[in-house]
Amino acid sequence: MSPGAPVLRLDGVTKSFGDRQVLHGVDLDVGEHEAVALIGASGSGKSTILRCVDLLEEIDDGDIFLDGEVITEPSVDAVAVRRRLGLVFQAYNLFPHLSVLDNVVLGIAKGHGVEREEAEATARDLLARFGLEGRGDDDPDRLSGGQQQRIAIARAFAARPRAMLLDEVTSALDPELVGDVLEAIRDLKTAGMTMLIATHEMTFAREVADRVAFLHEGRLLEVGPPESVLSDPAEPETKRFLRRLLEAGRV
Amino acid sequence: MLKARLQFLIPLAAAAALAGCGSDDASTESDSTATASLDDCTPDKLETKADGQLTVATDDPAFPPYFEDNDPTNGKGFESALAYGIADELGYDEADVKWTVEPFNSSYAPGPKDFDFDVNQISITDKRAQAVDFSVPYYTAKQAIVALKDSAAASGTSLADFADTKFGVQIGTTSLDAIDASIAPSTDPQVFDTSNDVVSALKNKQVDAVVVDVPTAFYLTAVQVPEATTVGQFEAPGGDTWGALLEKDSPLTDCVSAAITALSDSGELADIEQTWIADKTDAPVLE
Amino acid sequence: MTDRRAERAAARRRRDRRGLAIAAASTIIVIGGIAVLILTSPGWPAVRDQFFNAGEFSDTFGDIAKAFWLDVRVFCIVEVVVLILGLAVALVRSARAPAMFPFRLLATIYTHVFRGIPTVLLVYLIGFGVPALAVATEDGSTPLSWLPTEPVVLGGIALALSYGAYVAEVYRAGLNSVHRGQHDAALAVGLTETQALRHVIVPQAVRNVGPPLLNDFIALQKDVALIAIIGVTGEAFRQAQIAASADFNYTPMVAAALLYLCVTIPMAMLLDRWERGKARS
Repeated sequence: MSPGAPVLRLDGVTKSFGDRQVLHGVDLDVGEHEAVALIGASGSGKSTILRCVDLLEEIDDGDIFLDGEVITEPSVDAVAVRRRLGLVFQAYNLFPHLSVLDNVVLGIAKGHGVEREEAEATARDLLARFGLEGRGDDDPDRLSGGQQQRIAIARAFAARPRAMLLDEVTSALDPELVGDVLEAIRDLKTAGMTMLIATHEMTFAREVADRVAFLHEGRLLEVGPPESVLSDPAEPETKRFLRRLLEAGRV
Repeated sequence: MLKARLQFLIPLAAAAALAGCGSDDASTESDSTATASLDDCTPDKLETKADGQLTVATDDPAFPPYFEDNDPTNGKGFESALAYGIADELGYDEADVKWTVEPFNSSYAPGPKDFDFDVNQISITDKRAQAVDFSVPYYTAKQAIVALKDSAAASGTSLADFADTKFGVQIGTTSLDAIDASIAPSTDPQVFDTSNDVVSALKNKQVDAVVVDVPTAFYLTAVQVPEATTVGQFEAPGGDTWGALLEKDSPLTDCVSAAITALSDSGELADIEQTWIADKTDAPVLE
Repeated sequence: MTDRRAERAAARRRRDRRGLAIAAASTIIVIGGIAVLILTSPGWPAVRDQFFNAGEFSDTFGDIAKAFWLDVRVFCIVEVVVLILGLAVALVRSARAPAMFPFRLLATIYTHVFRGIPTVLLVYLIGFGVPALAVATEDGSTPLSWLPTEPVVLGGIALALSYGAYVAEVYRAGLNSVHRGQHDAALAVGLTETQALRHVIVPQAVRNVGPPLLNDFIALQKDVALIAIIGVTGEAFRQAQIAASADFNYTPMVAAALLYLCVTIPMAMLLDRWERGKARS
């Protein structure tokens, strides 16, 4: 991999579900240590992009590259690719039948073959780091939504992925819980994690993202630094979207 | 928690209480000698289920040599002929005899019956006599061992030869008791619901041999399982007598007994036996 | 303030006491009424002698209880088989790989057929049919002699096949009840499909359908009595039948029923408690 090469590259990614075409030739790069915010209306295809990158969906056309190697060929081992990425969903991340600690341990122990003791130590460190010290033995259902999402992020981070994919991780939370989760993501950025973040939180995007990509009906209409895309967008669709968000008090 | 425990105890308590309610009456035993004379046993005097008709019950299917062609109305077969003989003694015409089906297991259920009397190779025992009425005996049965011709059991000549045999019997017959009393085999006999199941078990070699009463044995080997043979007959201690079954304290019991006694005294019962089952009782006696 | 509080508390106490009194009175009236109805009916003495005969009970209880031990052993073993078989069939039916198609088809046929035939028929067919298959051929050889012929074994197999089909459907409902997102989350942390099933999906599925599984177990405990019809003498129901038809008295049946209750009632109470626990969470 040549220095400066993007960690993630999407090249002409096209995806349909049945008759409905969801992604139309998406091109996007995410560089090392870069945080790219993916914004757009619901149903614009943000989740689909992240799921395709994590090989939970098969793309119809185009290619996706991780560290310069194509990952969307049928011959590629999907499990190995997923172990180098960390995808966190909007909800249903944690396994309710396991303790918080076991949730974090399971992936690295079974998925990465780490010894149980070492995995538990790593897990405890991470929980402390994400502000959940001592919660290891708790039942996930007893924690707040915000705490659950932070544990999910810690779990994805535990495997030291090449890139993290965050799919609207705060959208299902009560407003007063959102802040702590955003704080966790801020920490990841400070730590230099490469991230592709689908989000509705524009203020946060402006603050954390290196670039913002606007997705409209499956097409990347505008990509650029937050100051231009969010404050002075070039495309009319981008303007319309941001105005609606403003009216809803979300910017 | 208390409520839950109560739920658990109630059925037990109820059963115990019900059992404890009152004592077990020693019920009246049916007299073995008829105390009625046939003069008092005529259709107009008998309290039958249907006026002027005699309702007789047996099981379905009704097997030879007790009935023929599963049709009790044709008068053929030992018990069919016996039933018509009893009817005749009581003054009924053939046409006044009505047949009904009564499965063995319900024949002794408490409460009123649909029949006046039931003939179904039912053995008389004291315990049974507490639940139902029996007439005087009309036949004394011996037990027979039936096995497939080429099996080890077929060559037995004394009861001791069957110590390790796997037997099959039908439920509700005295055959099981006979086996336990006279042979005491090392493995428990298998008990089946119907005689058909017993026959299947023999054919499929699920059992080595079956025990049935002697006349049934001959029908079995002659018709149902020709590849089987009657190895021998034996008598269970205490004997095995058959009687007609009537509901408890039936007003007809003495009259039916009187009819059977009359048939016996006149030699007609012996004729019926001779016709339908006598020549079917040749089999080596096992001791 | 405290006066009003005391008033309200007192009123509540009065109301509770009234409720208790009404409950007691209605219980006495209803149960007492039923008892009077039964005990004064003309047929009662006969029914009591035929069904609740203390002498007959003590004579036969020992044999029936001994035979009941066979029932217990059979349903414990069969239940283990059923739980494993049911899960296997459910997993096969839920598999999506094309290579699994013939197995999926077999599994689907199995569940439809064995849920569709009454268990008693299955016991009969297998209990008498299998030994019939295993008879010797014309020349005396026994190619199928490896087939089991012991009625207990055949009856157990019939019960396992029948209940396996019901339990497979219960498991399938359990598997479907686990949110799809859990499967994706499991893959996202780097588990293989098999690991995802084993560590994430199946544990949750089983937890979710614990009560229906226990319910089926209780039903199995009672259906063990069916093996009596293929000649298993040492079984409680059959022992009761033998005693009943020998003495023309149904009390042994009541004795057998009580033994069954000794096992099924605690199970049912456990089931209730489990369901209440789940409803609360």
